[in-house]
This record gives sequence, structure tokens and C-alpha cells, in this order.
Amino acid sequence: MSGQRVVYMDNNATTQAAPEVVAAMLPFFGEYYGNPSSMHNFGGQVGTKVDTARGQVAQLLGASPEEIVFTSCGTESDNTALMSALASQPGKRHIVTTRVEHPAVLNTCQGLAAQGYEVTFLKVDRNGNLDLEAVAEAIREDTALVSVMWANNETGVIFPVPEIAEICAAKGVLFHTDAVQAVGKVPIDLAGTAISMLALSGHKLHAPKGIGVLYIRKGTPFVPFIKGGHQEHGRRAGTENVPYIIGLGKAAELARTRMDQENTQVKALRDRLETGLLQVEATMVNGDPDRRLPNTTSVSFEYVEGESILLHLSSQGICASSGSACTSGSLEPSHVLRAMGVPFTAAHGSIRFSLSVYNTEADVDHVLANMPGIIERLRVMSPFWAKYQKTQCATPGYVEP
Amino acid sequence: MWEYTDKVKKYFTEPVNVGEILDPDGVGEVGSLACGDALKLTFKLDEQGRIADAKFQTFGCASAIASSSALTEMVKGMTLDEAEKLTNKDIADFLGGLPKEKMHCSVMGEEALQAAIRNYKGLEPLPSEEGEVVCQCFGVTDKEIEKVAQNNDLHTVEEITNFTKAGGGCGECQEKIQAILDRLWDTVPKQPVEVKPPAAKKKKLTNIQKMKLIEETLEREVRPALKADGGDIELIDIDGDKVLVSLRGRCSSCAASQATLGQFVQSKLREFVSEDLVVEEVKP
Repeated sequence: MSGQRVVYMDNNATTQAAPEVVAAMLPFFGEYYGNPSSMHNFGGQVGTKVDTARGQVAQLLGASPEEIVFTSCGTESDNTALMSALASQPGKRHIVTTRVEHPAVLNTCQGLAAQGYEVTFLKVDRNGNLDLEAVAEAIREDTALVSVMWANNETGVIFPVPEIAEICAAKGVLFHTDAVQAVGKVPIDLAGTAISMLALSGHKLHAPKGIGVLYIRKGTPFVPFIKGGHQEHGRRAGTENVPYIIGLGKAAELARTRMDQENTQVKALRDRLETGLLQVEATMVNGDPDRRLPNTTSVSFEYVEGESILLHLSSQGICASSGSACTSGSLEPSHVLRAMGVPFTAAHGSIRFSLSVYNTEADVDHVLANMPGIIERLRVMSPFWAKYQKTQCATPGYVEP
Repeated sequence: MWEYTDKVKKYFTEPVNVGEILDPDGVGEVGSLACGDALKLTFKLDEQGRIADAKFQTFGCASAIASSSALTEMVKGMTLDEAEKLTNKDIADFLGGLPKEKMHCSVMGEEALQAAIRNYKGLEPLPSEEGEVVCQCFGVTDKEIEKVAQNNDLHTVEEITNFTKAGGGCGECQEKIQAILDRLWDTVPKQPVEVKPPAAKKKKLTNIQKMKLIEETLEREVRPALKADGGDIELIDIDGDKVLVSLRGRCSSCAASQATLGQFVQSKLREFVSEDLVVEEVKP
């Protein structure tokens, strides 16, 4: 890393904490170290600042401050939502979710299924979209919760979450959304929706790692996941992580004011990057191009393997990620791409670029200058590329998911 | 991020012998697109029957590419008899080691070489095709599992997955793999390794013997397991039957460290040294 230029395009993994966020946090590591629950002014003044941050988050989401509960991360928020829905409705033992959720929901649901709960994992089509009729049909008498992510971390595909929430509300079923990738990137106005619970994570929107939020709509039955003290109105025990809460508040304020910039400037960069990458032969974009986060593109380079691409990119200072893991622990390429029926030729060579407001035209140029050469080098080595060129056969078709 | 050796990185970024020999004496193709890695190896013999040239084409991760390129370097100049004896372990050693989750890349190299030699001899590509497919996801047979387990002294299903991928897909065959291992290691006597015979463990030890045995046991049985999780252990003192240790690295801040000490370290020491030992942690 010594002095090498870093082009960071892995913002769906984590983001840089905004300098304004860091500055806002610093006093709370120093002189304002009081406990917000204390009876004295020294702690109380800190409590006031926590309330301000709560208000900032509420404003970003179009929610009321008392509907915002601070947690340690997005995964804790997701777990809390799932467990609360089951604990508050003991007779209901069925959950509906999708096959393309983040592991925070997917693995938790698989664990619940192993414990005897019933879980319906909804399919997606080749563009990564859900069939809303299938959502409605999956809901049963004993459904405790429907949990559907707002935007997919790998492809950026956006689900029509407000509409799904309406379907659930009409059937009297709680609805949770993992909105970790969506918050700050798509406009959200919870007051105008029927969403019961929503999870967000600070470090995906330029706050630090280690802070998250669970939104709980007023009137939603709720049982705490972490039990103990009365913090967060008895909904999440444990002394508040004050500096990080302040940081998240600031990040929420920045996100609210920068959302338009994200939707125009970042999207323009993403589109230029994507267009450039597609100039490389035998490439394809994964996910519905018209229903995507403005910052994300998942491009498959056929007949080469993702890790090899990433390491060559990394040697040029470019940070991206791959759906393919190539470890013996998880040999199946991306569960998201496989659920979409993306053929193996393409699934193993998928690279996700996720941009932020800190990316520049020069960053995109740097990637576009390096990528064709990297793919060329790896394809010269690939036995399948030689075969592909000999036969010039068309891209193998999608496997029907 | 993988911890690759400099040699793996070198053979990945600057691979040698990339390509295909057009009129080869032997061709070996293993792996598939679905599996995520594949290797095509071609070689040419000289007049003395030694491998004069070898080339590879690989689809796969960095360690797959490095293993393939290393393989082609290693076999040049070998007779077919010599090449036949080359194992995945030789490839991994040549590269200065591979992460354990990536050992299957070296196995792919060995299999491609075997297939190419068999192709030269006019035989079926892989002897393993004679066996019964155990792992449907990756098409791995019982014969392959047995061979890799013997060559690399593998005893657990997880190790088999690391080396062959078998069991790493849907996971349904893991019980079958365990059964193969049980059969293999019960019937095949293990290579004599210098472990103290069980009878000696329980004998009354002198203080010097006890200290030495505790040190050896920590080194052999405990430290590798802790290191795999990013931790380490240091022997501070031995006071009668009390063994004072200090946990380092990740272990020192790990909430599970008390369990680590009590259940793991102590049970190992009791198993190999003396039933009376008590382990206590000293904070550094």
C-alpha cells in the first residue's frame, strides 16, 4: 500500500467514514464521556446529543425519533427483527424470505429452519426480481414475518419493498426489510409505507463500523433481543455507543443532503465504468439494469475466475469484490447469482464494483485502463477461452432458476 | 485476503509455460467450469523418454494458476516413472506451502499430470474413474479420497474437503467421507510417528521428563490449533501439577479463552502427560 494510488470501488463492503463524521465523533471520545442515562447534567448533555442523532436518522428515514433503536450493526438489527417477530407471536412459526438475502438474514433463517421453524425462501428471476404474487401466495395463517431486503448487496437490484409491505399489511403480517444497502442511496419515507421493521448499518453510509439501527414502527409487537438495562426505551439493553451514534447521526444528515448527488454524479460514473467494461468481449451485467442502486455494477467476465481478477486489480491499487469465493468452505459461486440462474461460465468470473461520492472520473479511467489487459492475460491461460474462440459459440444460456 | 507465499504470488503474476503443445505426447484435462477450476496439461518427451517440455492452461484462482505453472517447471527433465511419483504435496512444498483451503489446487495439478501420463500410455484419463463417485457436486470418487488421505495423512472430513473439494458443495456426502476415513485409518496401520506410546503417558514421570513432555505436547497438540485461529500460547511455569500458561494473539482477547484453557489445553495435557495437571492462565 506504500504510496500506491488506491481506487476504492468496494463501497457495498464498507465505506470510508466521512471526515465530517469523524470530526463530529471526536469530542465524545474526550470531554463528553458521560453516560446518557445518568441523572447528572454531565451525562444528560450527552443524552441530548444522542437524541439529536436519533432525530437525524429519523429524518433520513422519514420516521419518528422514538421509532429508532440504535444497535451494534446491521446483522444485530436483522437478528433482532427476526427473533422479535417469533417471540412476540408464539403461535406463528413460519417466515417468508428470499434466496438472495444477505447472510445476516439468510443464515439466520436457515438456522431457524434447523430448529423446527418453517421458512419459505422465495425465488428470483434471471434479472434478480421477485414475483410479487409469489410473495402473497407464500403468506400463511401462521406466518410470523416476511423479511425481504430492500437492495441486493451483490447486484444492487432493488426490490419493490413498499409494495411488498402493503401486501403484508393487507394480510395482517409483520414485514421487515434489510435496508443496509439501500439507506442513503434510495429515497426512503417510512411514514408513507406499511413497513414494520427496517435494519440499517452505519458503515455502509460513511459512518464507522460497529453501529446500526433497527427501525420499529409504532404499534409493532416487540421483544428485545439483547436483554438487560432500560436503554433505548427498554428495546436494546447496553450502554449506548455514544461516539458512534453521534457519527451515524452526522452520516445520516450528510446522506440526506447528498442523496441527489449520489443519484446523478455517482450513477454517471457507474454507467461510464459499466459501458467501458462491457467493451471487453464476452462480458455481461448481472441484475435488472433498470432497477438497481445507482452505485453498483456486477459484471461477469466469462471463462476467467474472480479471485484471479481481484488479485490483479489489487496489484493496480483497485479494490473491488467478487461473487466467487473459491475456498473449499464455500465452493459454490455467489448464492445470489446462482439463484438468478447465471451460468457457471459467468458466475465464477463476476466482479462487483460499488462506487461512492468519493470516486472520481480519474478512478474510472484507471479501472478501464487496466481491466482489458487483466482479462486478456487470464483468458490466454484459460482452457475454456481457447475452446470458446474455436467454436465461437454463443454465451451458454441461463439455467432456469 | 489469502496469505500466499512470495513464490505463489510470483508464479501467479508471472506464470511460466502458459499454453498448449500442439503435437503433445501426453494430454491431461481435469476439473470443469462448474467446479470453478480446471487444468489442461500437455507434455512432450525427448529421445531419452524424459519430459522435454510441458505447458498448461488453467481456469481458476491464483493458487490454481501458481500450482499449474509450478507443476510444469517441476516435471521438466523427469522420466515418466519419476513424474508418476510426484504428489500434490510436492507441488505445495515447491510453492512454499498453500493455505489449507486451497490445497485442492495442488491436487488438481497432481491429477492432471497423472491423466497426461495415462493418456501417453493409452489408458483412461484417471484411475479414479474406476472408483465410485462419493461427492456428486464435484465428481470425487472413493479412490481419490483414499489416495489423497494416504498421501497427505488426512483424518477429518474438513481436510478432505480442503484437498479434494469433496463435501464442500451440498454437504450430503460428508457422512460417506467419514466412513471412508474410518475404514482407511482402522485398516491401514498409521506410519509410525514419534508419539510416546500410551502406556508411557501414565507412568510416573520425573520432573524433567514431565516438563519436557508438557512442552512437547503444547508444541505438537495445542499450538497449531490456536495458531489456526490467530492465537498462540506460551508456557510460563510449571509448579507441581499446576501449569501456568499465557495466551497470546487473538486468544488473549477472546471471550472463549477460559473455555479454550479448560477444555482444550488441559484435556490435551491430561491426555498426553498426566491426569493430575491443572492449567491456569497468567495474564501477560
